[in-house]
Amino acid sequence: MTMTQKILAAHAGLKSVEPGQLILARVDMVLGNDITSPVAINEFKKINAGRVFDNKKISLVMDHFVPNKDIKAAEQTKKCRDFAREHNIEHFYDCGRMGVEHALLPENGLVTAGDVVIGADSHTCTYGALGAFSTGVGSTDMACGMATGMAWFKVPSAIKFNLTGKLNKWVSGKDVILHIIGKIGVSGALYKSMEFTGDGVRSLTMSDRLCMANMAIEAGAKNGIFEVDDITLSFLKYAGAKEPVVYKADADAVYEKVYDIDLSEIKPTVAFPHLPENTKTFDEIGDIKIDQVVIGSCTNGRLQDLIEAAEVLKGRKVADGVRAIIIPATQKIYMQAMEMGLIKTFIEAGAAVSTPTCGPCLGGHMGILAKGERAVATTNRNFVGRMGHPESEVYLASPAVAAASAVTGKLSEPKEVVGE
Amino acid sequence: MNVKGTVIKYGDNVDTDVIIPARYLNTSDKKELASHCMEDLDKTFVTRVKPGDMMVAGNNFGCGSSREHAPIAIKESGISLVIAKSFARIFYRNAINIGLPIIECPDAAEDISEGDIVEADFEKGVIRNVTKNKEYKTMPFPAFIQQIIQAGGLVEAVNKGMIKPV
Repeated sequence: MTMTQKILAAHAGLKSVEPGQLILARVDMVLGNDITSPVAINEFKKINAGRVFDNKKISLVMDHFVPNKDIKAAEQTKKCRDFAREHNIEHFYDCGRMGVEHALLPENGLVTAGDVVIGADSHTCTYGALGAFSTGVGSTDMACGMATGMAWFKVPSAIKFNLTGKLNKWVSGKDVILHIIGKIGVSGALYKSMEFTGDGVRSLTMSDRLCMANMAIEAGAKNGIFEVDDITLSFLKYAGAKEPVVYKADADAVYEKVYDIDLSEIKPTVAFPHLPENTKTFDEIGDIKIDQVVIGSCTNGRLQDLIEAAEVLKGRKVADGVRAIIIPATQKIYMQAMEMGLIKTFIEAGAAVSTPTCGPCLGGHMGILAKGERAVATTNRNFVGRMGHPESEVYLASPAVAAASAVTGKLSEPKEVVGE
Repeated sequence: MNVKGTVIKYGDNVDTDVIIPARYLNTSDKKELASHCMEDLDKTFVTRVKPGDMMVAGNNFGCGSSREHAPIAIKESGISLVIAKSFARIFYRNAINIGLPIIECPDAAEDISEGDIVEADFEKGVIRNVTKNKEYKTMPFPAFIQQIIQAGGLVEAVNKGMIKPV
């Protein structure tokens, strides 16, 4: 069995599982946000049980339209707040304590290796970086998960990504995952697991891995998962996560496909509108003038991302006519960035720095695009209308590329701005 | 269960952001969500959709966000069935969980045209194109999923004691 299949079998109380098999599995964490939880709460109220299965295994994170962007959003978070109070939900994160959910849960040690996590948010696949089986579901799944602690799954087959080598300067996990999505397409891993293994994994930071697992859904995958190593274990220990259970794929595990990826060959990569698979490297990119830069989100709002952006922006200015918006993903990251002087660097460069929120990534608030405008964003989707007007455009890139583009006012490689 | 309706057709990778843009996610009101269904892809959808109509699309239908608001908006618009070459997995399970009928059938999705009259018989797994006088066979859902559908969705399945801790 693969890593994913082993975790699912253990949580279904089965010795083994096969691809395509339908199972009921225990879940270790059920997650929702201020958009998906209200729908889940409506469904939860129709369930006879009337109570949650475990008030410590539910996380409600108010991050999408929070700080509340309008009256309707305020009503939605109020509904979540009331529900959290009524059911004594331990991990309820409201404005001031919340962060972007997929940065917040790992940081707070709420997920460990070997866990099964479902979240009513498609980027729940992020926690695969920690060696967990973690997948996005809908609000009804969330409601039933909150009531029963169970979820149904079709056991996925898998694609293996054998990583070798080491990333070059100004290349990060974002470039790797964009490269992979460009190679296999937005439905290249449909219904399947993406399992990342090989010597190259060891050279990737947790931020790189979280970013890569985060975008597994953009290839259609059910989950992305990394082999657990010392870096994972020390991350989990530092976060105060519960004792990890490490699953390794069997030597005879079956993969539908195996891709060998040499990390040293990956170049800064950009996904052009309107699909994450429309990737290009800078030798194929001409002059693309931009109006906005967004650095943040569950994909790239971590400390490492802000450090890379600050390296590029230090002592430089955001180009005239460009709005740069930088959003630390959690309060802790915000504080660390402040203590390291990164926030000062951003503000001196002429960037706006905001409290944590998903805001602009999904065209919610805090940086919406007008008709015809272009943004370079470290977010995860560039669908039609994703960040605002249906005739606006989003180019997905790494924090270093986004920062470099902010300085030049056009889509730019970091080395154009800071040299090799 | 049998359904019959007129087809509204779309292409590949119809994402949940165009099915229901995030700017309308500050509500969970079904009617309000339906009033913006498909808005960023097809502004005419809400004015021309009639109860019973069917949606037919290409690969990876419903990709992107997990928002259940997307299948809710489609169902509330009166769409009786979505046929696609393939579905994005979260959309697929959401549709089953909320009771929006869906069928994965590449042949039918390829052959059926906008405006065709189509019938589907879920138990027999047959789609019939009345306009073109053609039939397409589909794979029936696995037994477990059929049970959820027959229960009327996942919440009802839970209430019937079908989802028990292991």
